[in-house]
This record gives sequence, C-alpha cells and structure tokens, in this order.
Amino acid sequence: MDFLFIIQQSLSSAIGVNTIIFALAAIGLNMHFGYTGLLNFGQAGFLAVGAYTTAVLVVSFDFSLWAALGMSVLASVLFALLLGVPTLRLRADYLAIVTIAAAEIVRQIARSATFNDTLGGSDGITGKFGKAYFDLNPFTEGLETPILRFSPNDLWVVITGWLLVAAVLGFMWLIVNSPWGRVLKAIREDEEAVRSIGKNVYLYKMQSLILGGVIGSFGGAVYALSRQSVQPDNYSTFLTFFAYTVLILGGAARVFSPVIGSIIFWFLLVFVEQVLRQAVEQNYIPDWLINANQVSQVRFMLVGLGLMLLMVFRPQGIFGDKKELALDARA
Amino acid sequence: MHAPNSTYAAEAKKALVALDPRPGVDKPDPIIVAEGIKRTFGGLTAVDVTKMQVQRHSITALIGPNGAGKTTLFNLLTGFDRAQSGSWTFNGNEISKTPPHKIARQGMVRTFQLTKSLYRLTVMDNMRLAATAQRGESIFLSPLRFVWGSQEKEITERAESLLERFKLIDKKDDFAAALSGGQRKLLEMARALMVNPEIVMLDEPMAGVNPALKQSLLGHIRSLRDDGMTVLFVEHDMDMVRDISDWVVVMAQGQIVAEGEPHEVMKDQAVIDAYLGAHHDMTLETEDR
Amino acid sequence: MITGWGLARIPGISYPLDVEESHLIVRSVTKMKSTENRSANSLFTSLGRLLVIFTLALLTPLLLSTQASAEEVTTFGGTVLDSAKKPLEGVVLVVRDTTSELGTVTTDAEGRWSYSVEKTGNYWVKLDVNTLPSGQGLTEGAGEEKKVIVFSLGKTLTVLFPIGEGAERVSNFDRTMQLVVDGAILGLVIALAALGLNLVFGTTGLTNFAHGEMLTLGGLLAYFFSAVVGLPVIAAIPVAILAAAFIGGFLQDRFLWKPLRRRGTGLIAMLVVSIGFAILVRYFFLFIFGGDTRQLPQYAGQEGLTFGPVSITPKSIITTSIGIILLVLATLWLLRTRMGKASRAVADNPALASASGVEVERVIRAVWILSAILASYAGMMITVNQGVSFLMGQDNLLLIFAAVTLGGLGTANGAVVGSLVIGLFIQLSTLVIPTELKYVGALFVLIVILLVRPQGILGKKDRVG
Repeated sequence: MDFLFIIQQSLSSAIGVNTIIFALAAIGLNMHFGYTGLLNFGQAGFLAVGAYTTAVLVVSFDFSLWAALGMSVLASVLFALLLGVPTLRLRADYLAIVTIAAAEIVRQIARSATFNDTLGGSDGITGKFGKAYFDLNPFTEGLETPILRFSPNDLWVVITGWLLVAAVLGFMWLIVNSPWGRVLKAIREDEEAVRSIGKNVYLYKMQSLILGGVIGSFGGAVYALSRQSVQPDNYSTFLTFFAYTVLILGGAARVFSPVIGSIIFWFLLVFVEQVLRQAVEQNYIPDWLINANQVSQVRFMLVGLGLMLLMVFRPQGIFGDKKELALDARA
Repeated sequence: MHAPNSTYAAEAKKALVALDPRPGVDKPDPIIVAEGIKRTFGGLTAVDVTKMQVQRHSITALIGPNGAGKTTLFNLLTGFDRAQSGSWTFNGNEISKTPPHKIARQGMVRTFQLTKSLYRLTVMDNMRLAATAQRGESIFLSPLRFVWGSQEKEITERAESLLERFKLIDKKDDFAAALSGGQRKLLEMARALMVNPEIVMLDEPMAGVNPALKQSLLGHIRSLRDDGMTVLFVEHDMDMVRDISDWVVVMAQGQIVAEGEPHEVMKDQAVIDAYLGAHHDMTLETEDR
Repeated sequence: MITGWGLARIPGISYPLDVEESHLIVRSVTKMKSTENRSANSLFTSLGRLLVIFTLALLTPLLLSTQASAEEVTTFGGTVLDSAKKPLEGVVLVVRDTTSELGTVTTDAEGRWSYSVEKTGNYWVKLDVNTLPSGQGLTEGAGEEKKVIVFSLGKTLTVLFPIGEGAERVSNFDRTMQLVVDGAILGLVIALAALGLNLVFGTTGLTNFAHGEMLTLGGLLAYFFSAVVGLPVIAAIPVAILAAAFIGGFLQDRFLWKPLRRRGTGLIAMLVVSIGFAILVRYFFLFIFGGDTRQLPQYAGQEGLTFGPVSITPKSIITTSIGIILLVLATLWLLRTRMGKASRAVADNPALASASGVEVERVIRAVWILSAILASYAGMMITVNQGVSFLMGQDNLLLIFAAVTLGGLGTANGAVVGSLVIGLFIQLSTLVIPTELKYVGALFVLIVILLVRPQGILGKKDRVG
C-alpha cells in the first residue's frame, strides 16, 4: 500500500475545502442545536440558498460577485424568517419536519425544469462566477509536498476559507459567552422557565435561527465558489445529516467543536476510502466481498454506524466532558 | 401562628379582616382583578371563575382538591395558557392577551410545580439570566463586552446577595442539575426575585421539599411579603396554608367555592364538601400537572 | 407497467437525474458518490392517465453491458416502446455533444438503440418525433432532447423517452378522476407507513428517521422471495411480510431500540441515532442490492383495466385491497384488542400504564412489529407496481413525515387522514402545477397548515403547563 499517498490525501482533505464547508455548516447547526436546542434539519437549505444566490445573481443577473455575496446573506435571513415564523412557537419536532421539508423544497425548485433558465435545472450552474474572487489569488503555484497537496486555486480557497472560519469562530465565541448566549442556553434547557422570567423566547430563537442560517449560507458560498459551480443535489438532506455527524463528533455546544469534528470527519472519510480502495485494488480484500465500486458505499455505512455509536456512547463528542454536556439531559 | 412582623403584613391583615368572606369578594387594594375566566379542555371545564381579586401585599393561598383547576388558573393568569373568555388586570393593566414574558416583565413572576431549573447552566447563570433589561442580551451589543460588562457586574453582585440570603452561595458555580430538589425550589424562588417582581406566584412551593427545608422556605416566603411583594401560592400542605397565608381562596371543579381567612375558611361547609366530595377522585387521580 | 399512481417518490433526497424533467434519465449504477449519482432509473412519470411507456429498466443495462467494450467507451442507449408497450422499430435518435452532431442511431426490431462515446462530458440525445408512428408522441412534460452526462468511461447509461398517445388530449374531468384514484392509492401507501411511524412515536416518543428503510426492507424482501427464491408474488408477499415483521419489528426493537431505552437514551439522541441507522441501512441495501430499480419478474408489464375514465392495473387493485384490509385490521387491533388498547394507554401515559399493570415493553414490541408489517407492506405495494430500489425509503420518508405532521403527531387516525390528504393533494395539484413540482406543493401546504392549525388536522392542542 502507498501509505504516503493515503496520508497525503487524508491530510489534504482534513484541512481542505470540504472541511471548511462542513465546519461552517456545523457551526451554524451548533448555534441552532448546540446552544439553542433548535432541531434544524434543513441546514442544507441554508447552504443551497447561499450557494445559489451567489451563483445565480452573478451568472443570470450580472451582479458583481461581492454584491451577490451580500445578497446571499440577505437571502438566508429571509429563508430563516420563512422557516421560523410558522414553527418556532411549536414543539421542537415540528421545526425538524418543517425545516427538512423546506430544504427539500429549495432543492426541488432549484433542480426543476420549470426554472431551468435561471437556476440551471438538475445540472445546476457552472461558470466563472467566482472570477472576481480568483483574480485576487496571489498563488501561481500550488502546494506540492509529501503530506499536503493543493492546486493554486484550492490553496487560495483553503487559506481564505480558514480565515473566514476563524472570523466566524471568534464572533461565535464572543456572543455565546455573552448574556445573549446565556439566554439561548437557557432556552435549550427549558423554554417555559425562560418565558417565566420575562424573556421573549420566540425572538431569541428567531435570532439564533437567522444567525446559524447565515453562517451555514457562508458554507454554501464557499461550496459554490470553490467549485465554480452549484448543483442542486449537493444540497440534499445528506448534507444536513453529515453536518450533524460533524457537530456531534466534535461535541455540540462548544465553540470550536464543529471545526474539530469536521477535520476528523473528513480525515477519516478519505482515509478509510483510500485504504479500502487500495486494499481492494491490490486484492487484500477479495472482490466478492467488496468491489471497487462498493468502497464508497462501505464508507458511508461506516459514517452511519459511527453516528449511531457516537450518539449512544459519546454524545458529548470525542473530546467532550460527559457531565457537562450530555445532549438532551431532560430526556 | 406567627404574628405579622411588618407593616405590610399588618396592613394586609387589617384590610382583609374586615371583608365579608364570600367567593369573589372585592378587595380594598387589589393587585389582580379577574372576571369571567373560562378555560375548557375538550368537554371538560377546567376553570370557570366569575370573579377573583388578590389583595396587594398579602400572602394569598389558592387551595382545592386535585383537578380543581388551580394550576390551570395559574397558567392563565401568567399567560402560559389562553382562556376561552374572561379578562384580568394586573396593577390595572389588562393582561389577558399578553404573552407570558411581557407579564413577567410587568412584575408578575411565577414558579412551577415541577421546578424548571436550567440544568446545564450554573446556579449563578440561572440567577444572572433572570435580571431584566440587560444590554448584553441584545444580539447586536452582545459581542461588545465593554458595553455590558459593568451591568453584568452589578447583576452578579445582586445575584450573590440573593444567593446568600437563600443559602445557595456555596453552590454558585455548580450546575443547577447538581442541586437537591429543595435547593432547586429555593433557586427558582431566588431567580424569580432577580426579576424584581411585584407579585410572586408560587405553584406548590413545598412539594418535594424535605421537612428540614420547609421551615426556611416558609420564612423566605414571609420575607417576600415583608419586602413589599404580594404572594399568591398554590399548596396542598394545609399546615403551611394555615401558617403563613393572610387569605385563602378555595377552588373546586374549576370554580371558586369559598374565600376567607385561613382559620375561618377551613370551617366553611362548601370547603368541606369540596374536599369530601372530591375524596373519591383524589384517590384515583394522579397529581395534576 | 402502471403509471397510474404517481409514485410515492418524493423527490428523493437526492437523485440528480430524474424522469420528470426534460433531462435524461441516466442510470449510472457504478459510481456512487454520496449525493451525486443515483440510480435515477425511476420509471416514474406519473402523468395522470397518460400511458407512460418506459423501457424495461432491468433488461436494458444487462443487454447493454454485454456489448460495452470495457474501459474505453461509455455506451448509452435504451428501448423505445409505444403507448401499448410494443417496441418501436425505426425511430431515429440524434446524438450530439456541446459543439456538433455526432451521429444518428435507429431503433431495432426490439426497439433498442445504443450509442458509444469515448470521452467523458455532456452529450445530448434527441428523439426525432417525426419518426414515431402516428398517434404516438412523447408524454407531456418529456422533452425530445435528453442530456447525458458521462462521468467516466466503461459504463452503460440508460436513456428513456416515455411515449404516450401523443396528440390525444384527455378531458379535465377524466384526468381529475384518474388523479383522485391515483391520489387515494398513494395516500394508502403513505397511510400504511405513517400509521406505524405514529404508533412508534406515540408509545416510545421516537421520531424515527429510519422508518423509510422499513419500506425498502419490505420491497427488497418481496423481491428476494419472488425473483431470487422464485415464489409466485402472491406467496412471496406474505412470506416477506413475516420476514419483515421479524427483522424490522422484532430484531430491530430487540437489538437496537430496547437497549437504548434501557440506557435511558434521550429522545433527541434517539432521533439522531435513527438518522445514523437510516444511513447505515440505506447504504447497506445499496451495497447488497445495487443502485438499480428492479421489477418483480411477475406481472411486470400489466395492462390497465379501464373503468369509465379511470385506468388501473389488476395488480394495483389487488395490492390496494390488501392494503386496505391491513389498515382496517390494524385499526381493529388498536381499538378492540387488549394489546391494542394497552398500546394507546402507553402512548397516553407510560408511567400510569405501567402502574396499572400494562407490560410496557411487550406493548412496545408489539407496536414495532405492527409498524414493520404495515411499512414493509407499503414498500411491497410500491415494489409490485413500480419496482424497488434502495432509495425507496428515503424517497418516501418526507411524505410520511408530512402526513403524520398534517394529521397530528402521535394520533393514529390523524396519520391516516393526513396521508389521504397528502396523497390526493400531490396528485391533484398536477392539474395546475408542473408535475415535477408536485411534492414541493405538498410540502408547502404542510407548512401553511402548520401556520393555521399547528396541532395538525386531528391533533389535540397541547395543554400548556
């Protein structure tokens, strides 16, 4: 086996673009689920809104990229309002069902032939809408080392992406450790109690939904920019589920955990795939057991199993402190 | 029987003693005035109160057999449930359509029968949370510690003095989940006080509290009134009712069947009927929540 | 193949390529990259009563794969059948890439055509409608040009052109009647699944995201006993139901959920566990079954019977009747039997039920088994009529959730009412909105109803405090 190659691929992935995208998605979820207790299962919808607004405005409406990025924030705020107004007064499971439905609505509309002209149908939009951003790329050469490997564009995305993540984390740290964050945590524990001492729970839940959604939409914008394309089926429920896996892996309700979770998730995902792939190719694993095409299926089976085991045995995440943060202490 | 030991207590006693003890009687200085409250669940009428007033600066007990509608009435008054009809005012302000958090901000704060401590917040954070008008609770100002830091310090000091009074100061950095049942009751009461309420509504403050703590809890409730607050509480513990209340309101099957001073009202035939008549139900029903 | 009732295919959580749009239906069985490629061979066009023809989804790739010279080329092709499912010979298809026309192919006596390319990229296949016999045309909504995306070489891709009786327009009344029938049948499928979901939710509080996989389990078991073991469908289904009750009901509860209840795992944690379980099981099904949609060998292409304006296949009539019987039996079980009553008591108040001598764990086990029977049968209904793929559960889960939410979480009759409403709404909405957006409409209505009546149609308003 080519272990160096496996390590290079895994490490590059662990700090790569996907890690950044899922870290942002999971930071938003952390705001919703970790701090406020909102069961948002439509995070993929927020990413889709961020990605599509950016791409569509540039490609179809001749916006400048920067204006489009600004509009994508606005669009995700609107999306959050749309989800929140009907559901935030209801029981938690209703929010879960409505958000998952809304994210599907977004994806279905994006991929529908009816709106093919603006949204690109099931193929999505591919184009140079990120030109203004890549024009700023100072790197003419990529990174080529035994343990890390990035193309020039990827390197630019990775560096700016991590700066964005750092800025978002800093902001998160400030607000969750403020009285505002305290109200959110209290709402997670018991809404009624928070109401009884005079806080407008609905307002705070809405603010949390918006803020976490906007952070998620940043992830969507990174997704779109890094690939210079948007495709509707990248924003399926799976994205949301994997973002939850990332969040729980790192341990919900801690500021840095989504980033740690995302790094571990992508490292393991690529590592397992590469090891399996090589094992299959070199016949360490017989073909009747797993063939080359089934490698990624096995990998996702492991993701599912991993999520189950984590939730049961380490709900506080890999590095979490159990007594502090067993999710769902109320049961 | 404890003698009233403050001017508020004395005044409340004096005002109430002159009253004609009948259901719905007008109080000389009411803080809550309610009329025609009706709440049904399906076919069951949970609350049907034609008239009820609560005297300011008094300790008023709300008693009655299980299923009498006491907790439902509490929920309605504090905005946690919506009545089909009726209106009620707090300090003269109509609040029958007001959401619970706004009622709390006006100074009517309740506790719950099953304590609602915020388990994964520390005792201190439970307290600080309840302070009103915090600048740092605005999403826009929250990242700016220099804006809310000084206020936070004041709040912390106030919380510490309350925790000291409620003998919880040693626990201030523990998670609320680590407290005993009785300590949670205390915390919940202390937290309610952080709101600076005019009236404190306690839903079964003695339930699940061990006898050793009961006396100190009684003292705390009395001291609330002595500090100028009004207390309305639901309780099953008749000794406690007799011990500390200035006035008792008796409910049965959703209606107020009697009112009066604690010692008098217990002798009322309607009250005896309510309890005996409900005896059959009491053995079968579980605690209403 | 039936077309009538339009599939309970919620726009699957993600299949990139779908029939209902004027792109092509590609099957790329091989490369399975999470959200990307999917078997989108979803035969489903569900355009009301228009007879949708679709190619023998199973056969084509098999035939094609024998011709594909591995590694160097990717072959795409398909079978063109007329509205009566007879192969059409001599239909001309034009293949082009982004820049130029590459060539034309003509269907053979079996209606088959194929074209091989040597480079990855985007290709387009255009069906020359002028070469279709008179009276035949592409079904409404199906474009004459399909896009083929070749991700990698050495594959075979299927391109479908659904053909119906072209020019003939169906009256609105007839169409409405057909849609009502289709909608009611779809509603029944959802109801079977939703009832089980709601019972489990009621008794254990679990919002089970893996419930859709019970449908797939049912479908796969039916396929196994019918196509692999070789039982006739009528025998395979009862056997498959028993197996599903054992695997999806007994085993699942015994070895997954019961231990979790014992541990005192919280409800939200269990919900997340069910998501993990759904992912695990779904990819396991893909692993063993592959990405195809497969038909049962029996009754695959059955002629529809016509009742006035409504056309319905015999197999659909039979599976629907059995479904109704199962639903009635389940309701009787809930209302009449001791165990059924106990299950409602547990749903109402587990502690009280337990104190009154109800064996809560036994009741929960019974509910799981019932839930597995109902859901797996729902999967079998879909399988018999439209075929089975590993995505069946995922495709239907949101509809089931929507139905349950609409009817009122945790209420048994609410689930049934909600399902019928959803089923009918989905089908009837195609009268006014594009078929491809019908699920969007349904989910949108769900949100609107929650605004007006948050507790659902039959749900009781939560008592606060």
